[in-house]
Amino acid sequence: MQAKELIHLENISKSFDGELVLDELDLTIRENEFLTLLGPSGCGKSTTLRILGGFILPDKGRVIFDGQDITNTPPNKRNLNTVFQKYSLFPHMNVEDNIAFGLRIAGKSDAYIKDKIKYALKLVNLDGFEKRSPLLLSGGQQQRIAIARAIVNEPRVLLLDEPLGALDLKLRQDMQYELIRLKNELGITFVYVTHDQEEALTMSDTVVVMNQGYIQQMGTPEDIYNEPENAFVADFIGDSNIIDGIMIRDRKVEILGVTFDCVDTGFGEYKPVDVVIRPEDVVLLDPGKGSMDGVVSHIIFKGVHYEMEVTAGGFDWLVQSTVGHPVGTPVGIWVDPYNIQIMNKPESDDEKAVGVEE
Amino acid sequence: MVSRGQKFLERFYIGFVFFLLYAPILILIVCSFNASKARTVWGGFTFNWYVSLAQNEEVMAAVRTSLVLTFSAALIATILGTLACIGMTVMKKNSQSAIMSVTNIPMLNADIVTGIAIMLLFVRFAGLGMMSMLAAHITLGVPYVILNVMPKLKQTNRSAYEAALDLGATPTYAFRKIVLPDIMPGVLSGFLLAFTISLDDFVITYFTKGPGINTISTMIYQQVRRGINPEMYALSTILFLVILVFLWIVNRIQNDEPQAAEAQAKGKVAA
Ligand SMILES: Nc1ncnc2c1ncn2[C@@H]1O[C@H](COP(=O)(O)OP(=O)(O)O)[C@@H](O)[C@H]1O
Ligand SMILES: [Mg+2]
Repeated sequence: MQAKELIHLENISKSFDGELVLDELDLTIRENEFLTLLGPSGCGKSTTLRILGGFILPDKGRVIFDGQDITNTPPNKRNLNTVFQKYSLFPHMNVEDNIAFGLRIAGKSDAYIKDKIKYALKLVNLDGFEKRSPLLLSGGQQQRIAIARAIVNEPRVLLLDEPLGALDLKLRQDMQYELIRLKNELGITFVYVTHDQEEALTMSDTVVVMNQGYIQQMGTPEDIYNEPENAFVADFIGDSNIIDGIMIRDRKVEILGVTFDCVDTGFGEYKPVDVVIRPEDVVLLDPGKGSMDGVVSHIIFKGVHYEMEVTAGGFDWLVQSTVGHPVGTPVGIWVDPYNIQIMNKPESDDEKAVGVEE
Repeated sequence: MVSRGQKFLERFYIGFVFFLLYAPILILIVCSFNASKARTVWGGFTFNWYVSLAQNEEVMAAVRTSLVLTFSAALIATILGTLACIGMTVMKKNSQSAIMSVTNIPMLNADIVTGIAIMLLFVRFAGLGMMSMLAAHITLGVPYVILNVMPKLKQTNRSAYEAALDLGATPTYAFRKIVLPDIMPGVLSGFLLAFTISLDDFVITYFTKGPGINTISTMIYQQVRRGINPEMYALSTILFLVILVFLWIVNRIQNDEPQAAEAQAKGKVAA
């Protein structure tokens, strides 16, 4: 059974200076969910989050929170709290006063506030930091304090806008695990914004892939990774081979002049399609043993695996394998029918993958 | 390599320029301690002119007028200027720079033109007096406040303000608790500059003052016209020193800022 619907962004549109940033965006967020808005920079993620937080009014559409229309409710009256990208701590207050800020406004007792601060600092692994100045904390510590400051108010939803964006890789990974732990301990809804697909896949229950103000696909991380609905999603989530193909009939697709077996049906006959094959799904065999022959044109060692480029049929195939072949080696290419993903060609420009040159 | 000779020349040149700049004021200060009334004769050191200054009712009235006028004008200019800055931050870029240029006009405009303009306005609609002087001095001060507050306001980060709203603060409370402490150095130096400008203004005050009212500067002018009066040298010296102290404080406020920011940056690296 699915959890109760908590937030509904209802056909939200927003323009800045005549430029449409969100176009009829409709999104449902469920109670206790870790939902991530994922997309390239400038696609409208922050705008969506800021509309949720009440910092921006949508031009059209409504924001429904727990059954109530809060579209015009100011941020200070909303039962959600935000963790901003960076530098949002109050610089002239110490850590304790930062965390107490919301509680004091709410008129909580000193004893209650003291307890809460202690609890929150423990939760973010910064016990004893009460009297420190935020200016003397590292980036990671600052973000933990920002999280502590938000959660002491016991919001029903925590909004996080690329909170780990300014941190280095190692710290970012540690913080990802901490955020998941926090979410489980607090039992509240997280709405998370990032442009980092790995981060999104690691942490989320639900990933919403956005591009140019549209939702491209929404689903579990597994769904998004294994069954991208269009070339944009496929390209954005990890590296992919996206090749023009023709669906000859059910279960037969022609790529680069060669007919491959696949498992998709219902596309009709001789229909142009996009074919997506993940680099780890391309199997290299001896020449003549695969569906088509090619030559290794590039190889780098990535630690866990080799990443190779194989030129075959006039296309540079991206291939990942634990076995490497030197440049110039002739190879055969084979792909399991299950690993061939067939997608309809985009109907509008908005679905096109950005960064894919035509 | 700069040779010793060159270094000496450099020092000497700078010293000479400063000497030329401040020689007149130096002479003024010396004269204010001269027991002889003649400007060219040294009659011995005395504090007499300062003492008689304090006993001169006319002078004391002018000092009081100046202080009241200058303080209220600077205060009102600071409030107006700061509010204007806040208004400007939410404007579009174009309107913002348009307004910035307009606010610079009173600063660049010839004082005499501003003075006559305000005089005409008040003569036509209200009559000259304390109010017209106050209005003129506020006009004088606002651009300096804006010039000092605006950069500070642009530096403050919006996230902190928004975080305050997010945590339940009303916009006014968030401004008072979060934004104001951040821009306070700008507000303070704006206030002090407005105060200084207003205190040492003569031209605009001269045109907008009502009959029988004098500020320190119009008072000095009147007295000096009547003839040599070393009391006025003493008064001028005090005025100079007061303004010097104010400018020094403004400088301190503005210089402390980058150092504080540096210390912050260092702290971040260390942590
Ligand atoms: N306050 C604003 N004024 C004008 N344009 C804005 C404003 N906020 C965002 N935009 C524009 O809207 C688009 C989407 O921005 P944003 O939601 O911040 O993207 P993301 O967070 O996905 O990177 C961008 O092109 C950005 O330039
Ligand atoms: Mg953003």
